[in-house]
Amino acid sequence: MEKDNKKELKVAALKNGTVIDHIPSDKLFNVITILKLDQCNCQMTFGINLDSHRLNKKAIIKVADKFLEQDEVNKVALLAPNAKINIIKDYEVVEKKTLELPTEIKGAIKCINPKCITNNEPMFSKFITIDKMKGLFRCYYCERVIKSEDLIIE
Amino acid sequence: MEIKSLVSISDYSKEKILQILDKAAEFEKNPNQKILDGKVVATLFFEPSTRTRLSFETAVNRLGGRVIGFADKSTTSGTKGETLKDTIKMVSNYADLIVMRNPIEGAARYASEVASVPVVNAGDGANQHPTQTMLDLYSIKKTQGRLENINICMVGDLKYGRTVHSLLMAMSHFSPTFTFIAPDELKMPEEYKMFCKEHNIPFKEYSELNEANIADADILYMTRVQKERFTDLFEYEKVKNIYILKNSLLENTKPNLRILHPLPRVNEIEQEVDENEKAYYFEQARNGVFARQAVICDLLGL
Repeated sequence: MEKDNKKELKVAALKNGTVIDHIPSDKLFNVITILKLDQCNCQMTFGINLDSHRLNKKAIIKVADKFLEQDEVNKVALLAPNAKINIIKDYEVVEKKTLELPTEIKGAIKCINPKCITNNEPMFSKFITIDKMKGLFRCYYCERVIKSEDLIIE
Repeated sequence: MEIKSLVSISDYSKEKILQILDKAAEFEKNPNQKILDGKVVATLFFEPSTRTRLSFETAVNRLGGRVIGFADKSTTSGTKGETLKDTIKMVSNYADLIVMRNPIEGAARYASEVASVPVVNAGDGANQHPTQTMLDLYSIKKTQGRLENINICMVGDLKYGRTVHSLLMAMSHFSPTFTFIAPDELKMPEEYKMFCKEHNIPFKEYSELNEANIADADILYMTRVQKERFTDLFEYEKVKNIYILKNSLLENTKPNLRILHPLPRVNEIEQEVDENEKAYYFEQARNGVFARQAVICDLLGL
């Protein structure tokens, strides 16, 4: 596995930045959205439908000169809990980030309750993680409990 | 500075609940005082309600405060597309406290974030209605002399009924025993049963309202099976007449049993029960004034 990772990194020849690997292919665009990479001016490389031992088809994101903070990393955990995030400095992996579900998520998720205020006013949603193991989230406003598989990423 | 608001019953600790109930008891002894003299309370009702609005307004009027507001959203700028945020920001300039009912769930929490004055949630859709819970607790304490170790039997729509969910959460501080009686379609949701298990609260579950199932009860909490909750009206027709309380069902219940109902009642309690000494739902509604006086004064630091 380690070998594979190194090979990937070599190909991209990322000098400084962040690599997010082992994203399920169908979640790539969601990860881009949740990290607001579509609004970022950094140089980026996206790979999709790459062969993977672990996942059938995986996706990868390489962002040059951007080092993801822990709270950003945690958002990725909502979509791709098994993704691997490496911080690269001078072509070397200097840090491997561990994904952990955030205790509070502002924006990014849409409440599934159509009668929720967040779907009826121009405002940000807010969720509280109530069970990290089971992946349960409670809408801070309408108090509805949502399972991770029912999350709608904005 | 954080502004105190009452949005959800879980905003109150056990100590706070007891403190408010004591305060309510004082207001019952002396409901007409000038504590709110010079204060303006806004009652914003984006959805119709008779009991809740009138009882809030009575609470304020009896304490010498003044009331502004509306009882129907069709008379507001909301119909012109004004956001809730703007309405609340504006009303914050006029009033010392806002009481709001809104069919949109979470509206009260949001209002409490944007308002510069305390907000009392008077019902936000199927979500929360904390002052109803406070008056329910007050009624239980008053009729039973205590809140600890009460056997509460909840009947009717236990799936969508927000009053039973909030009461269950609030009573969890006081070692209760529950009996849930509901049709299969309207059973107590799994998350609340899990909550009971986690807190070692014993409960029984039945689908039939009969003498045996209510024999141990101290409180019989009746709710309305609402037609609008059913996607399949055939299911509604099947269950609508099953949970009707009659005097004959009450003959062998405990002498201290009292019947509560958040009202409005449709047909789930026969008119004949109104004269039964165990009927308490109209007094319960009266207690709402004292509970709301206590909540309002607490939020205003009075």
